[in-house]
Amino acid sequence: MNPDAEAPVLVELAGVRKSFRRGGETLPVLEGLSLRVRRGEFFALMGPSGSGKSTLLHLIAGLDRPDAGAIRVGGVEITALSEAELTAWRARRVGFVFQFYHLIPVLTALENVELPLLLTGLDRRRRRAHAELALELVGLADRRGHTPARLSGGQQQRVAIARAIVTDPPLVVADEPTGDLDRSSAGEILDLLEGLCTNLGKTILLVTHDPRAARRAHTVRALDKGVLTDAREALDPQCR
Amino acid sequence: MALILAYSLRNLLARRLTAALTAGGMALVVFVFAAILMLAEGLERALVDSGSPENAVVLRKGSNSEVQSPVAVAEAAIVESLPGIAAGADGRPLVARELVVLIQLPRRGGEGTSNVTLRGVAERSLRLRPQVRLAAGREPQPGLPEVVVGQGAAQRFAGAGLHEELAFANRTWRVVGLLDAGNTAFDSEIWADADLLLQAFRRRSYSSVLLRLAEPGRLEELRGRLEGDPRLSLEVKREIDYYREQSEATATFLRILGTALAAIFSVGAVVGAMITLYAAVAHRTAEIGILRALGFPRGVILAAFLTEAVFLGLAGGLAGMLAAAGLEALTVSTTNFQTFSEVVFRFRLSGPIALEALGFALLMGLAGGLLPALRAARMNLLEALGRG
Repeated sequence: MNPDAEAPVLVELAGVRKSFRRGGETLPVLEGLSLRVRRGEFFALMGPSGSGKSTLLHLIAGLDRPDAGAIRVGGVEITALSEAELTAWRARRVGFVFQFYHLIPVLTALENVELPLLLTGLDRRRRRAHAELALELVGLADRRGHTPARLSGGQQQRVAIARAIVTDPPLVVADEPTGDLDRSSAGEILDLLEGLCTNLGKTILLVTHDPRAARRAHTVRALDKGVLTDAREALDPQCR
Repeated sequence: MALILAYSLRNLLARRLTAALTAGGMALVVFVFAAILMLAEGLERALVDSGSPENAVVLRKGSNSEVQSPVAVAEAAIVESLPGIAAGADGRPLVARELVVLIQLPRRGGEGTSNVTLRGVAERSLRLRPQVRLAAGREPQPGLPEVVVGQGAAQRFAGAGLHEELAFANRTWRVVGLLDAGNTAFDSEIWADADLLLQAFRRRSYSSVLLRLAEPGRLEELRGRLEGDPRLSLEVKREIDYYREQSEATATFLRILGTALAAIFSVGAVVGAMITLYAAVAHRTAEIGILRALGFPRGVILAAFLTEAVFLGLAGGLAGMLAAAGLEALTVSTTNFQTFSEVVFRFRLSGPIALEALGFALLMGLAGGLLPALRAARMNLLEALGRG
């Protein structure tokens, strides 16, 4: 069930095609896919390995480009942006959470969270203040000086979430964020993502294998053989 | 961006051993480069310090050094009578007729022989050279087979110590004094009475006339008189210019040698840095991916890896320079190709040499880092993140 059927559309895909070349062969991944995600929606995308769900996430997040079709995020036609424009757009509009956290090993938790703010015009003092606030939100203010090696998997993923929201982007994409975590840590991460949606109004785009994770979302779609199949809506609590 | 600098620096520290070995390779090159430049600088300084700006030296026209410069006794007398020469307290002009002869002496410890400059001096010679003073003993008496020896020469040649005896020109010469000449060329010389040496070596002419200018700025007037006099075939040079020319050939040779050696060695060091940084790029592929995903442009990735390369170069440069600075404590000798005599001098580290060596190290770092940094910057974002 959608959080608010009246909420404006944040992500809109129309006729998106994407294929990859392996050797001499062309493997179609997405074939004329269309999709809408509303602002403030917790949207989960499921599907077997190789179904193209990560590819779809990359396209929406501006990490990759479609062969054909249009992708509009927050009113911006991102397929029309140059590489430099797209890079700058990602920095402002998208937060990323990955399966393997992808923190910078030589930087502390606080510095990892501060990293995306280097691309904003904020001075050092404000950057620190924002980063500390984000770390507080994920409950790790007391670990600010720890490097990733001294944090558990769940804690590293929480730092990654803090990093994803520190620039206050409207869209947070999470690619298998619980895939590498034990059950209880996974639960904490999902609680956090849910909270981002409920309390901060973020739009969450979650790609997952894990039905428990998908059950948290307002909307669940399954991708199979390049086609978005019928919606299977979770019954879990609403956001907004 | 302090955080990007910290990122680059900490990445080097995270791989300390590799970074230290790579910087060590560059340090060796910088050491060789700086050491040879310091050698050239030391030689030049020793010879340039030998001259004094108030002094002028009169030589045979067209001769490069005193060794090849006959100045007839009659010519020397005319020079002494020219106006423009400063007078001493006794009213007589401050002039010294000198003779330079190369002799071979055995080195201490039986390590063969070496050329040494034997300088025939006049009464005024020591007073004309304020940088030289008698450190021990006394001055030789005119007419007696006595010598004073520069401290550098006294240490290097057998029989050249105080109260010892030297044999040359079929006579025995007694060392009656030691000269402290700082690090100038005179430190490597042996001085005796010029007129006695003329007889002993059966010479008819001196080698040079050294004089103090009454007004240092008016050398040109003296030159006009000297070169306009039809009886003379002499030329006059400011003493410091004369010594600068003396050091030029050897110093230039050393500089070319140093630069060429460093250029050849640097290829190895640059390849080493390149391998280290390629490994770093490969090791941090996912990291590069996430930085790009977060919105860092390719230029920042390039800059981050180049910064690492520059840090490596800087570390190597500083280590190499530090080692080279240790050489300042050493004293060395070399043959001056202008006079074919041995000159003793020290390694000298000057500001420009330090800058050149550091610049060279940074250049090596950049050269080693450029290709790996370009690879990092050009990496496909999704491949870097670990997805194809």
